[in-house]
This record gives sequence, structure tokens and C-alpha cells, in this order.
Amino acid sequence: MKYMLLIHHGPLEWDALSEDEQKQVGADYQAVSTTPGVTPGAWMEPPELATTVRVDGDNTLTTDGPFVAVKEALGGYLFYEADDLDAAIALAARIPAARLGGAVEVRPLKGT
Amino acid sequence: MVASLVGFLGDFERAEEAAQEAFAIAAERWPRAGTPSNPRAWLVTTGRNRAIDRIRRERTLAEKTRMLEVPEPAEDEMDDETTIPDERLELVFTCCHPALALDAQVALTLRTLGGLETGEIARAFLVPEQTMAKRLVRARQKIKRAGIPFRVPPPHLLPDRLDAVLAVAYLIFNEGYGGRSQLADEAIRLGRALAELMPDEPEVHALLALMLITDARREARFDDGGIVLLRDQDRSRWNLDEIAAGRAALDRALALGGRGVYALQAAIASLHAEDPQDWPQLVALYAELARRTGSPVVRLNEAAALAEAGDAAAALALVDGLELEQYHYLHATRAELLRRLDRGGEARAAYERALELVHSDAERRFLEQRLAELA
Repeated sequence: MKYMLLIHHGPLEWDALSEDEQKQVGADYQAVSTTPGVTPGAWMEPPELATTVRVDGDNTLTTDGPFVAVKEALGGYLFYEADDLDAAIALAARIPAARLGGAVEVRPLKGT
Repeated sequence: MVASLVGFLGDFERAEEAAQEAFAIAAERWPRAGTPSNPRAWLVTTGRNRAIDRIRRERTLAEKTRMLEVPEPAEDEMDDETTIPDERLELVFTCCHPALALDAQVALTLRTLGGLETGEIARAFLVPEQTMAKRLVRARQKIKRAGIPFRVPPPHLLPDRLDAVLAVAYLIFNEGYGGRSQLADEAIRLGRALAELMPDEPEVHALLALMLITDARREARFDDGGIVLLRDQDRSRWNLDEIAAGRAALDRALALGGRGVYALQAAIASLHAEDPQDWPQLVALYAELARRTGSPVVRLNEAAALAEAGDAAAALALVDGLELEQYHYLHATRAELLRRLDRGGEARAAYERALELVHSDAERRFLEQRLAELA
């Protein structure tokens, strides 16, 4: 089954991490991206640089910032071809955001 | 029977359909042709065959089945030797998967393992039948479309997953505790099945023990006035067979090295069922349980046991450290301890506070009487 993993970073301040911790986070993301079955997503700029668009009748309404609060906003994504949900959950748990105050949403894709 | 079909088909909805078809065929055929010598095996095989026929007609090989070769009309050739694998264990872990909401886990467990009708489950949880039906449909859909696996979890996941299963069983039991005995019975049935399927897990036996010993007091727990407190219960109305069975399960748990939360609770329940009660031992068990759970209510029970063991002063000190201001038992316990320590004025204030918060008539009468005795 194919899943999309949506990575939410949480309130973590990158600068609050020690250099070693930052290295570990980088290594962990690398390990996840190179896991067999994973298709890494593109890297996004941070949520502060987002713009949210809604349309009301003829009006296009734009607001500064992400759709949800900055602290919970989407930071990245990847695709995973897994045997079952448990395998996808196990991968999600290895994504640093999950242990650093954020969360990973695991969504099955249609027709897989 | 649904369990076997779910295991075979890997799909709850198809299993339900197949089971219903098999029953319908049986209802039509058995009165004419006679009941087969192994009815269950007949039903399962018939269910499987119908499901396979349907899948073949749909030509969807995306559906996973364990085997696609099916012997010729096995419906007519059933013998007693056919072994039906017991897939109840896979089923219970699937029903209690953490990706399902807790109320969905409970509903699905009762429907699929307990075999309760949707309407029965709805009434037990005081929701409309439509709501319960939707809950079940959504749960089955999630299992299928999100890829929840049908299997006993691997060793590294098993401890947490087993905790979830036991929590669902205990939740069902507690829902039935207030008088819906069908739920309590279902929980105990589930507990027995788990003990049979996972005989080496101490907490499984411990939970069964806890449920049996607690359930044994069912007849004595209520009278027309409402709830009867443990100290006032007519012990002759206790089900001694259930207590014995519960104690046997507790022994098995302890023999397997069980020192978990259910083992502690079962041991406490067992001691409370004795006469006289071993208060020092109860103090030790409550203290350990409080340490494990961090529950102030458990600490309150520890204090009550401490007082019964003879140390009212220490019990009062413990109680005064608890943050349970809105809990009437806290004030009732404080009042009792102050009374024993001859601090009548403070005891009176505590009884009055307890009376402000109490809800059951039996407890209100008890507190009012104690208050009157102080005067």
C-alpha cells in the first residue's frame, strides 16, 4: 500500500539544538529518505514564508502564513510503499519531527 | 466463525457478507437435507466458497486471499477432520489496533468477537443504533483502506498492543459494572478467550482474575436503595465459584511472574473478598499500585487500608497530602479518620463537606448517620 507521510515540525527551534543534536537530526532524515520504499518529497521553505489562498465568489483572498498555526504547519512530506499500516507507522516514528514536539500524519493514497 | 473468515479473506466486510450468506443457505438447506455432522466447519467452508466465487466474479485480484484453489463443492463433502484455524487472536489485535478510535475498538470487539448485534451494542452504550452502525462501518473501512494488518503483532510491538487489548476488555467490563451485566459477561468471555489464546501472559490471567472476583459481588452490590458499600454487602450473595475461579487465574498470573497493574488490582480484590481482611498486605499493595499509576484515588484507598491496619494518624497525614478536593470520598475518609482521632469538630466539618459532594443515597445515609453519632 502506498502512504503519504505529512511532517509537521512543532514548536522546535532549530538553534535550540546542540550541534550534535542537529547532526543527529540530519542523519535521521537521511536514513529515512534512503529507506527502501521511500520516495522523498521536495524540501519546503519554512511555514513563515507561506501564503494561504481562498476564493469567495469573485474574490481571491490571500493571507500571510500557513493554513494552520505556524507551529503546527506542514514542513515536509514523503511517500512510502509499505506492506501495511504498522510498517508506515514504524517509519513515521523514525522521522525526527515526531520526537521533537511535532507529528507525522500517515495517510493512505487512493487506489493503492 | 466470522473470525475464521476474516483471517481467510483479510477483509471484515466480505467476512460479514460471507457469514450471512452461509447462514442463509444453512437455514434453507439443513431442514431439508439434515444438519451436517460438523456444522461449524460446514458454515466456514460454505462462507469461504461463496466469498471466493464472488471475488472471482469481480475479477479483483487486488483482494488478498490466503488460497485461491478451492476443492470441488466441499459443502457436500464435509468431514469431521477439517481443522479450522483459530484466528480469534489475530482478530482481537486487529479490532484493538491503536489506529482505530477507542470507541471503534470497543464496538468492533463486541461485534466481531462477542458476536453482539449492532442494536445490542448501541443499547449497551446508550447511543442510537444508526450511530453505532456508522461507527462499525467506518472502523471496517479504515482497517481495509488504511491497511491495518490482520495478525498478532510482532514481539517488539506486542507489549503495547496487548495493553490496548486488555484496556478494551476492562473498559467493556467497567461499562457493565453499573448494572448492564451483558457487557460484564462479554468482557469476561473475552478475558477467558484471551487466557486460552495467550496462556503465557501473566497480565491476561490477572485481568480475568480481577473481572471474575469483582463480578462475583454483582448480586450483593445493589438493593432498592441503590449501591451497597463493600462493608455492608451480604457476603452470602457473593458468587463463590467466581471468586474461586478468579483466585485460580490470579495464581496462574503470579506463577508466571505477574507483577503488573492488573495483577496488583486482582490481588487487592482477592484480599478484600477475605474475612477478616489482611489490612497490612492491602496497604502494601495499594502503595505499590499508587507508585505505578500515580493515582491519588489509589493513595486514598491506601490511607483507608492504613487506618484499618491501625494507624489513623499516618493515614490522615497521607490524605491531607492529596489533591482531591471535589471528591466526596476524600472528605468522608478524612472525617472518619478525624473521628477516630477524637477531633470531633474537624470531623463534623469534613462530613458536611462530604455531604455537599455525595451522589448515592446509600452513601448519603451513611454519612448522615455518622454525623448524627458525633453530636
